[in-house]
Amino acid sequence: MAGPSTYEPKSGFERWLDARLPIIRFTQEHILSYPTPRNLNVWYTFGGILTFFLVVQIVTGVVLAMHYTPDASLAFNSVEHIMRDVNSGWLIRYLHSNGASMFFLAVYVHMFRGLYYGSYKAPREMIWILGVLLYIVMMATAFLGYTLPWGQMSFWAATVITNLFSAIPVIGEPIVQWLWGGFGVDNPTLHRFFSLHYLLPFVIAGVVILHIWALHVPGNNNPLGIDVKGPQDTVPFHPYYTVKDTFYLVGFLILYAAIVFFAPEAIGTSVNNSPANPIVTPEEIVPEWYLLPFYAILRSIPNKLIGVMALFGALVTLFFVPWLDWSKVRSSRFRPVYKWFFWILLVDSVLLGYVGANPVDANVPNTSIPLVWIGRFATLYYFLHFYAVMPLVGRFERPNPLPDSIATAVLSAAPHKTGSGT
Amino acid sequence: MDHSQTAEPTRRDFLYIATGAMGTVGLVTSLWPFIDQMNPSADVLALSSIEVDITPVQPGQSVTFTWRSHPLFVRRRTPAEIEAARTVPVSELLDPLARNANLPENAPATDDNRLTPKVAAAPGAPAMKKPEWLVLVGVCTHLGCTPQANTPTEKQGDYGGWLCHCHGSQYDTAGRVRVGPAPRNLDVPPYEFLSDTRIKVG
Repeated sequence: MAGPSTYEPKSGFERWLDARLPIIRFTQEHILSYPTPRNLNVWYTFGGILTFFLVVQIVTGVVLAMHYTPDASLAFNSVEHIMRDVNSGWLIRYLHSNGASMFFLAVYVHMFRGLYYGSYKAPREMIWILGVLLYIVMMATAFLGYTLPWGQMSFWAATVITNLFSAIPVIGEPIVQWLWGGFGVDNPTLHRFFSLHYLLPFVIAGVVILHIWALHVPGNNNPLGIDVKGPQDTVPFHPYYTVKDTFYLVGFLILYAAIVFFAPEAIGTSVNNSPANPIVTPEEIVPEWYLLPFYAILRSIPNKLIGVMALFGALVTLFFVPWLDWSKVRSSRFRPVYKWFFWILLVDSVLLGYVGANPVDANVPNTSIPLVWIGRFATLYYFLHFYAVMPLVGRFERPNPLPDSIATAVLSAAPHKTGSGT
Repeated sequence: MDHSQTAEPTRRDFLYIATGAMGTVGLVTSLWPFIDQMNPSADVLALSSIEVDITPVQPGQSVTFTWRSHPLFVRRRTPAEIEAARTVPVSELLDPLARNANLPENAPATDDNRLTPKVAAAPGAPAMKKPEWLVLVGVCTHLGCTPQANTPTEKQGDYGGWLCHCHGSQYDTAGRVRVGPAPRNLDVPPYEFLSDTRIKVG
């Protein structure tokens, strides 16, 4: 999608460099003059926001590792040391812990945007698959990081998540002991979790490069979901989208700063402020908010193996989305039936999160309906959406007519939308 | 490179394949130490048995000790709790096996079998089961949380034993699972009575 190169080395040094390491040419082709559909909206700025947060997490994480001790007897106190003694330690830790939440908020927006506009459909399947992979590695990284403060919730999250593997018949128990390095979550577990937590962000960075590479082969999808037909449909990435991305990034950062400075403990649970105790499980154990829907799926099934399979199945299903959607049209804007199911899936996911956040024996407020039944129906819908709704609606729905090109659609709509413009 | 087009495999083809195969085997073999280093180390394996003084445990009380970095429940059951555990037919249980490290693997989950300690090694030491005493590994067989014991003041589940708050599994007064998602009864560790007030676990 980069198109023919327009880069002309200007100085002797640039010519010399261009023949040896064409890095300026690469930047020119893939960042500065990279042709981008002219109609990308706010929901397309989250890729940039995610890149920014990956950098934030790596920078703050490297700093935290300078002061943190991954030893079961010292870890909790070293985090308190960061919070109380290290200069600006509290700020860097809150940026890191809340940065994880912002990272997930952004990735959920990014994923639902992809689902709404059909960005996973041919020829962009690899972008989507790499994205799902990134999402899973992100969850692993976040989980490992969450265990490091060695508070009560850290410890029991580590116990429950590693025990998911004990559901595997026969080899499950040896695998779990291998993960632990002992008979339970203990010092060896903490050491290896720290090592892997430091490693995985760089794996994420590597897969992000593949993700963007795969994006730059066919080029961006867009809210209309139709292909770019020529230069009239695109604008250069810089300055149009560097500025647009920056604008929305600043908006997102205001939310981030508001949380970090005014409610840094609002996300997460106060139980983690007491040190890990291997013989007492807290009354209510809940994962971080971004894992709650999967937690609800796990809990809605009263059988260990099937529950764990449903949890992992809910994730693995996402890999198949490009082939489960049988619609010829990408964007939900032109899909009058599927559009509604998209919103149902969004509400269903939030509902699963709500069920996951509540105690296992809770009822729907002001009723005697057990919440676990709501979780069961929501779980059922989640799978039905991907394995029944997506293929069947795609097959039988009659989409609305598509515009001829991005340029005609955007330029004819522009005066109407912006009123008296230029 | 058109060896593949000749009818007979050449000496060179053989060398390619043999070298490639040896290289693969070597690579896979050299991976093993990097995998095996994560298994429990020698010092972890060495910490395997503890002795517990059970004198202070009152009837109706469940006390938690630590064994192999896991909680260990020692419960002194009341006559009513013993009665409740005895009257349940094994056919009603979710997991019909005793899960007792001191018995064969296929022993049924009767209350008796849940209580059986190791046969004492020392002559004269008490080996008989004592219906009062229940010794269990306090790890929910679902995802490893520590279940909470039922007490006269705080009810935990409908079966008088334990309730796991993480995902809602319930155990009866013999530590047998009665409500899922836990798939198995709580494990009975290898243990023996050293005297009437002292047990050795592991």
